[in-house]
Amino acid sequence: MSAVLDQQSATVAADTPIIELRNLSRRFEKKLDFAGKLAKRLGAPVREETVHAVDRVNLSIRKGEVVGLVGESGCGKSTLGRMVAGIMPPSEGTVLWRGQDVRSLNPAEAREAKLRTQMIFQDPYASLNPRMRVEDIVGEAPQFHGLVPARGFDTYVDEQMRRAGLDPAFKKRYPHQFSGGQRQRIGIARALAVKPEFIVCDEAVAALDVSIQAQILNLFMRLRQELDLTYLFISHDLSVVEHLSDRVVIMYLGRVVEQAPAEQVFARANHPYTVSLLSAVPRIEARKRAFTTVQGEIPSPLNPPSGCHFHPRCPHAHERCKVEVPALKEIAPGHFSACHLNDRA
Amino acid sequence: MSDVTLDKAPVAPKEETPFRRFVSEFMASKIAVGGLLVFSIIVVVALLAPWIAPQNPYDLGQIDIMDGRLEPGEVGGSGITHWLGTDDQGRDMLSGIMYGLRISLTVGAGSALIACLVGASLGLLAAYAGGRTDTVIMRLVDLQLSFPTILAALMILAFLGKGIMNVVIALVIVEWAYYARTVRGSALVERRREYIEAAQCLALPTRRILFRHLLPNCLPPLIVVGTIQVARAIALEATLSFLGLGVPITEPSLGLLIANGYEYMLSGKYWISFYPGVALLVTIVSINLMGDHLRDVLNPRLKK
Amino acid sequence: MTATLEVRDLQTHFFTRAGVVKAVDGVSFTVGRGKVLGLVGESGSGKSVTGFSIIGLVDAPGRVVGGQILYQGRNLAKISEEEMRQLRGNRIAMIFQDPMMTLNPVLRVDTQMIETVLAHEKVDRETARQRARDALGMVGIPSPDERLKSYPHQFSGGMRQRVAIAIALLHRPELIIADEPTTALDVTIQGQILAEVQKLAATTGTSLIWITHDLSVVAGLADDIAVMYAGRIVEEGEVSAVLDAPLHPYTVGLIGSVPSRNKRGEPLRQIPGMTPSLLKLPAGCAFRSRCARADEVCLQEPALFDLRPGQRARCFHPHLEEVAA
Ligand SMILES: Nc1ncnc2c1ncn2[C@@H]1O[C@H](COP(=O)(O)OP(=O)(O)OP(=O)(O)O)[C@@H](O)[C@H]1O
Ligand SMILES: Nc1ncnc2c1ncn2[C@@H]1O[C@H](COP(=O)(O)OP(=O)(O)O)[C@@H](O)[C@H]1O
Ligand code: SF4
Ligand code: SF4
Ligand SMILES: [Mg+2]
Ligand SMILES: [Mg+2]
Repeated sequence: MSAVLDQQSATVAADTPIIELRNLSRRFEKKLDFAGKLAKRLGAPVREETVHAVDRVNLSIRKGEVVGLVGESGCGKSTLGRMVAGIMPPSEGTVLWRGQDVRSLNPAEAREAKLRTQMIFQDPYASLNPRMRVEDIVGEAPQFHGLVPARGFDTYVDEQMRRAGLDPAFKKRYPHQFSGGQRQRIGIARALAVKPEFIVCDEAVAALDVSIQAQILNLFMRLRQELDLTYLFISHDLSVVEHLSDRVVIMYLGRVVEQAPAEQVFARANHPYTVSLLSAVPRIEARKRAFTTVQGEIPSPLNPPSGCHFHPRCPHAHERCKVEVPALKEIAPGHFSACHLNDRA
Repeated sequence: MSDVTLDKAPVAPKEETPFRRFVSEFMASKIAVGGLLVFSIIVVVALLAPWIAPQNPYDLGQIDIMDGRLEPGEVGGSGITHWLGTDDQGRDMLSGIMYGLRISLTVGAGSALIACLVGASLGLLAAYAGGRTDTVIMRLVDLQLSFPTILAALMILAFLGKGIMNVVIALVIVEWAYYARTVRGSALVERRREYIEAAQCLALPTRRILFRHLLPNCLPPLIVVGTIQVARAIALEATLSFLGLGVPITEPSLGLLIANGYEYMLSGKYWISFYPGVALLVTIVSINLMGDHLRDVLNPRLKK
Repeated sequence: MTATLEVRDLQTHFFTRAGVVKAVDGVSFTVGRGKVLGLVGESGSGKSVTGFSIIGLVDAPGRVVGGQILYQGRNLAKISEEEMRQLRGNRIAMIFQDPMMTLNPVLRVDTQMIETVLAHEKVDRETARQRARDALGMVGIPSPDERLKSYPHQFSGGMRQRVAIAIALLHRPELIIADEPTTALDVTIQGQILAEVQKLAATTGTSLIWITHDLSVVAGLADDIAVMYAGRIVEEGEVSAVLDAPLHPYTVGLIGSVPSRNKRGEPLRQIPGMTPSLLKLPAGCAFRSRCARADEVCLQEPALFDLRPGQRARCFHPHLEEVAA
């Protein structure tokens, strides 16, 4: 069954990105209720509110890469991740899977592409169906899609659990009988069971204790090597992203503001937002230091600032920033940034 | 690499399933267990009525009008001791109540089950599909719930006519909305949980996600509402029959028995109405005792 | 140095159906005037229960079953409910992870703050309002006059947390217990709040107990640190001493697993296994099942040994060899 895409991947040039996003946007409309509609009819200045959760994002990810996606809460990371995983339709723009628009795929190919992209979630409690046994959580999809013959089913589930670091002896148990870290492993086994190539990790270690977090991060890195996986690693924790990403994408209020190889971002951040983000991260090396601060609040995405969204908090903001949206430009090989300051030099 | 070492799962003494935990928590309340016990006895009595009742109250051959309105404990012409007396037709009240329970329970549970199937499916669909489907279904629910139940049931029966089947239909029509609203409420919460997104990532079809993933997680409030609705359905059926619009006179339910004895209440022949009334009360209270405790046990917010 | 608070051998247990949970089992520490104590540990290690015990807010089935909580020579574990209420929110304040534990959603911020002032002090309303205004200004809320008229839901999460902190500051308490107040916030907002708090501790002489699981926050904020594991303090000392030369294998593992302490792309150093259930703690050292140095000696229960000046660890085989360079 996977022959369709395997064949196709052979014919596609080797440097075609595994996933490419072109001008991808997602809006959420907050519908007016009855009173609102009535008020609007009568000429009151109410309007349907729109959140630009993701605003014209371009991104391509090569096979085997780990791309870290960073930003403050509500900036659209999860929404982007869901669109990449194919469980939320974009408002505009296209998602290309191995160079092909996912909307142009026939149903069999579309299902195949969907299975090849899996997600690992933040909440180890809400991400597992509490009424299913571990073996069903892990085995349901492979069985349903006929990825394993009925006879090999048991050993297949065992193998998936073992690979994620779980003892198969516990496959008859329910999620509530496991600890947070173990549940996260179950989620990983579930994703791996459908033989994905691309994994979206949405804050996958945020809810875990430090010592458990290290175990799960190590598991991600080991699996990447063993199974040749590609990751979109969403996190608000810069130190985690720094540790395992090849490339880092920084988002602010729905837009990508900077994108560069990981060393570059942490050594030579260009965008003022990235700079302040980096300076706000508490470091274990720093003792009794004065915490530096980014001024101001995260603005409401319902009513984002004009021009450069960051201008009310930016120490370098000037007139142009209030009116003109800065474009994402390449300022060094592979290093992109969206700031008007780069036009001055 | 040490992360290859398998994590040891917590040692649970017995294989603890959600069901086992539920049972042990339910059993923790003496009142609820009492309710369950009484209700079980009532069900057994109703089921075994043809074998344990002194008389078949539907068999006119066994009834002698000369035994009419005997007091509790009197011995009738046929030699039967009427522990709860007889009605004006000479029917043994104890037997009448046992058979009446059969009708009441069947109508109550049957209508609740059908209403649950209909309501739960519609509620699930409304929550998952959203948009216009949701609006249409929920407007129907609002309409249904804004109507006084008894009035709606009376109107439906006035249109359909008497009969057990018609009572069931009327009860389903007035009750499905409670189930729909309950299921939609919990499904709206559950569908936002990440395990539903995970199921979508796994390319499972919508029908499977609805019934294998979403529905089982909406069951707890449904069970609570179901229990309470059974009690309500029984009471409603009794009311309808009491008002003469319910079951036919040949197969009297508890409500009809009460109605039959009503006119003798004031002349001191209390038992014709009183004992069926007690039976009805005990049935409904025992169900509600279970329902109240179920609500506590199944409410996730009360758990740690 | 005079101590603001001294906790001695505190024991708080929960009497559950499944058995006795010894959430806090013999915890002792001292918070000096104007000092910040960082209380760190994994979830379930007993940090919050320690905080709740101090201000007498342990919920049933829990109870402080032993030890002393000495504040100004009085044992808080023994005083009456009424005396405790007088201290709470006045001399000792608590800030929670969820600011809505402090804020009332249906009351305007000014109403809540003024009531709080009037609850413990006999001043007129206008003075109380002035105090509320100043407190909001102190935690960095812009245009406090306007903000006083808002309801809690009109604030963002970070602002709400600041209001909660401002309320805690109203009576210039001597001690603030902060339970993960920035954990749910974004780094930039966390940075702002940490900066304000740091300034406060330095200028007002207020002592702080800062509960968190984030070692990096403690590193920048605290003077002293106490590391908890399974209801006990396993290591304590000055922040730089403990973070630069940890003694207990658990602390060593915890610091080692912080990503920035590892080489990029290499596997992180990790502590194997997981936290044991408090219901069935193994005999002897509670960390035994996860500890690489464990041997038969560890079947005995280790005491908190004085190992270096001002640094103590509950371990028979501490990392003494790796002396800070
Ligand atoms: N289903 C939805 N309906 C309406 N608005 C939504 C929906 N999903 C997301 N949004 C809005 O889109 C924006 C981005 O949301 P998203 O969940 O992607 O943020 P995030 O960066 O992942 O934040 P966090 O770190 O808090 O999870 C937010 O303003 C959010 O309120
Ligand atoms: N109400 C309660 N009933 C039973 N056990 C409790 C209760 N509250 C806390 N505990 C237990 O006390 C221990 C410490 O909890 P806590 O102090 O909240 O941990 P944390 O370090 O995450 O703040 C945990 O094992 C927890 O399960
Ligand atoms: S465009 Fe202007 S406001 Fe935006 S980051 Fe650059 S300097 Fe700051
Ligand atoms: S006492 Fe023993 S088991 Fe406990 S931490 Fe020290 S070496 Fe490890
Ligand atoms: Mg998110
Ligand atoms: Mg806590």
